[in-house]
Amino acid sequence: MPDTTTEPKSHHLLDRVVIRFAGDSGDGMQLAGDRFTTSSALLGNDLATFPDFPAEIRAPAGTLAGVSAFQVHISDHTISTPGDSPNVLVAMNPAALKANVATLPKGATIIANVDAFDERSLAKAGYEADPLADGSLAAYTVYEVPMTSITTEVSKEAGVKPRDAERSKNFFALGLISWLYTRPIEGTLAWIEEKYAGKTLVLEANQRAFKAGYHFGETAELFESSYEVKPAVLAPGEYVNITGNTATAWGLIAAATCSGLPLFLGTYPITPASDILHELSKHKQFGVRTFQAEDEISGIGAALGAAFGGALGVTTTSGPGVDLKSEMMGLAISLELPLLIIDVQRGGPSTGLPTKTEQADLLHAMYGRHGESPLPIVAAKTPSHCFEATVEAVRLAVKYRTPVILLSDGYLANGTEPWRLPDMADLPEIDPGFATEANHTEADGTEVFWPYARDEETLARPWAPPGLAGLEHRIGGLEKADGSGNVSYDGANHEQMTRLRAAKIAGIAADIPPTDVDDEDGAEVVVVGWGSTYGAIAAGVQRVRARGHKVAQAHLVHLNPFPADLGDVLRRYPKVLVPEVNLGQLSRLLRAEYLVDAVSFTQVAGIPFQAAAMEAAILQQIEGAAAPDGDTNGNGKVSD
Amino acid sequence: MTDLANPALSAVPVPLTTRKDWSSDQEVRWCPGCGDYSILAAVQSLMPDLGVPRERTVFLSGIGCAARFPYYMNTYGMHSIHGRAPAIATGLAATRPDLDVWVVTGDGDALSIGGNHLIHALRRNVNITILLFNNQIYGLTKGQYSPTSEVAKVTKSTPFGSLEQPFNPLSLALGAEARFVARTHDMDRKHMMETFRRAHDHKGASFVEIYQNCNVFNDGAFEDITGKEHRADMLIPLVHGEPIRFGSEGQHGVVQRPDGSVEVVEVDDVGEDAILVHDAHRESPGLAFQLSRLARGPHEPTPIGVFRDIDRPEYGEEMTRQIEQATARRGPGDLDALLRSGSSWTVE
Repeated sequence: MPDTTTEPKSHHLLDRVVIRFAGDSGDGMQLAGDRFTTSSALLGNDLATFPDFPAEIRAPAGTLAGVSAFQVHISDHTISTPGDSPNVLVAMNPAALKANVATLPKGATIIANVDAFDERSLAKAGYEADPLADGSLAAYTVYEVPMTSITTEVSKEAGVKPRDAERSKNFFALGLISWLYTRPIEGTLAWIEEKYAGKTLVLEANQRAFKAGYHFGETAELFESSYEVKPAVLAPGEYVNITGNTATAWGLIAAATCSGLPLFLGTYPITPASDILHELSKHKQFGVRTFQAEDEISGIGAALGAAFGGALGVTTTSGPGVDLKSEMMGLAISLELPLLIIDVQRGGPSTGLPTKTEQADLLHAMYGRHGESPLPIVAAKTPSHCFEATVEAVRLAVKYRTPVILLSDGYLANGTEPWRLPDMADLPEIDPGFATEANHTEADGTEVFWPYARDEETLARPWAPPGLAGLEHRIGGLEKADGSGNVSYDGANHEQMTRLRAAKIAGIAADIPPTDVDDEDGAEVVVVGWGSTYGAIAAGVQRVRARGHKVAQAHLVHLNPFPADLGDVLRRYPKVLVPEVNLGQLSRLLRAEYLVDAVSFTQVAGIPFQAAAMEAAILQQIEGAAAPDGDTNGNGKVSD
Repeated sequence: MTDLANPALSAVPVPLTTRKDWSSDQEVRWCPGCGDYSILAAVQSLMPDLGVPRERTVFLSGIGCAARFPYYMNTYGMHSIHGRAPAIATGLAATRPDLDVWVVTGDGDALSIGGNHLIHALRRNVNITILLFNNQIYGLTKGQYSPTSEVAKVTKSTPFGSLEQPFNPLSLALGAEARFVARTHDMDRKHMMETFRRAHDHKGASFVEIYQNCNVFNDGAFEDITGKEHRADMLIPLVHGEPIRFGSEGQHGVVQRPDGSVEVVEVDDVGEDAILVHDAHRESPGLAFQLSRLARGPHEPTPIGVFRDIDRPEYGEEMTRQIEQATARRGPGDLDALLRSGSSWTVE
């Protein structure tokens, strides 16, 4: 934060700021943060967000376990992460302060709802003394704002019952931060109007609280300055602010549209994947069928049944749900039917950390089925990239008649960023190429349909949904004779089919782009990542370059097969660093596949990497500096 | 997006076929003497009469002896994984209302590993016809007790007798809100064909239990009631609208007690007017449930035929209706409009 001793109500320009709204799970912090983000997006800032909330819907009020936070990073230039540490923390109660104060750099601003710092709340948060009074926050600029009492006052004026009168305090906080960072208020007032239409009292109270917060900043003799973050210079085009889950859902609709296939989603609700179901279920006018199944197995089973019938079959899941779907993925591999499995990864094992991010399912996606059962794996790298990655996963599934796993994660699912809307004409053509006629001539000259005759180029088999006379056929999980598809227990045939299935997937390498490398001539190290670490790696690489070092970044979207040139790319650099939010899964694959000395840099703290930690890890490779210790603040651990 | 169900197809006259047209070229590999052969023959014989072409007929199965069934039908088919056929069928039937979808399953497949999928497919009223081959034993894994085996059953996995109360498949289906519930047996092709026909004609999920003899691992399990010399006195044919009577002279009958339960009586003892008249279309499943529990096992007089048959909208049809309504209200999906449905802004 800039100097705050300037004359009252001065106005400063900032190039970027990171704000963290924190309160109880029921305090509406996600809503306040989300709305602040939208008004910043509409102003033209570049931004990245990080919602961070507990798995419990309502953990005991006032406790550390119940703290829900929303971090937003807004900037006048292009940024790739939600920010390592907040410049401003809005703390609605002592627990929110205690849970977040360690992440604040010295000099950061704390805006505390002073009304909530009573003896009982302090005790619940585990404070023995009031941190606002005991000097422990001396390193920060602390503003004590009576949010609850002012909100209660204005809500009562609106006619809200005293019991509910404090509920609008998140809007007070939103109003205050909107003033502090010079966001226009009209858009938010109109949004409240729309969101709470028909609930007159709530609407009125929220608007009053919002305005009260805004006016408080303006008039109270507390804040010396307001700030402004100018629009970022982004490529021309139309933008929306989008979460990964929404981008995934839209990607599915886009893929269905450009393939002409009816979309069927079979799924079972699970955090953090459920929002894809919620989003798709709203758009039935696209012919979308959403099926909330009795369990994870039925979700993927129904999707496979729909695929057999000629639809675009999709299932979405996370964590334990992926385990349950393994058997059906094996069947889909044996049936060689298009199917998309979207795994929005979360912390594991077992129930693990349902609301926290992790990317520890890579090896499960690669190997988590019995038998030799390869399938393509595609991973999204940013929230908006989920759209493109989804379309690509569908392209591969349809073209190669195979189940495909798309890996997203909790951070991408709920995080947002501005997305320049693509031109629909740029979407790939996806041709289902259904079988229409017999494809094999028997010895006696009879024309027959062979369900396992293969396309010479792709090795894909024909897709022949029921409905066409003469193409009737039976398929199943038993091994099939090459070509005819009849049940076969013959050893030599099994060897042939096993190798064919593997070759089909491996051959996809010729159909995907080469490794995407942000290169620098003479780079001493290449940082290789996949999935949601993209932003943090990019930020880390940028910092290291700013120090005058040469470093390259390669980010993988296709994880099986790898791009054909990946081995050559890796061997080009003296050092290979692989940051992952797991204990080293991609690094293992790279070592096994290419015999390169990939150094693993990992953390599994339920949060994304921090740019500073990434910078340190890269510098260590370049300068041979001491390895940073792993800790719980996103600083990671190097091991080799 | 296009829908694969082509309405023009229904205008095409269905070619006349014979049983042979419905048999695939695959050699049938059940044990000689297995009850599955007669069920297959009944289905193949019925198919030409149903008015549905082969290319719009699909047989799906899970795992077990019965699950080999699709390989022997010259239709579209899938031999899937253990217990999951109703789930796969749900996705197929929901997206392809033009298809005739059959699920062939067994007592282990449907009631043990696949119990969850079965009850939910019934509850949702997915437009499928489920044929459950009940032989009260695991055949494919060579003779372990099944969820329909009687208590104290001695098998390879229960040398001291099984401890478990069996499922009554019909009671279970009725409890799961099944709208069509029937029972038949492998010794009577005509009865099988008639029952399958009615199950097929019923819109929504239809559930048929078929008493099927496993002559290798559980031979004679139903002999007491399906043996030729026993049938008249041990099988109780249910006919909608008719008094429930059986026996060579119709001398036995079923009455309903004041508490709602049913019992077998001699007609002469109670008078013809006291005999219960079967009502398969009754809204409440209560009567069908009582009838499903009349026999405590296949050793007592056992009702066969259609227990319950009521109309309800089927799942796929309802799904389509929602799509049509949304499309009528908002117009067909427009991708560009969707992407701009949130707050968008333009950077010059």
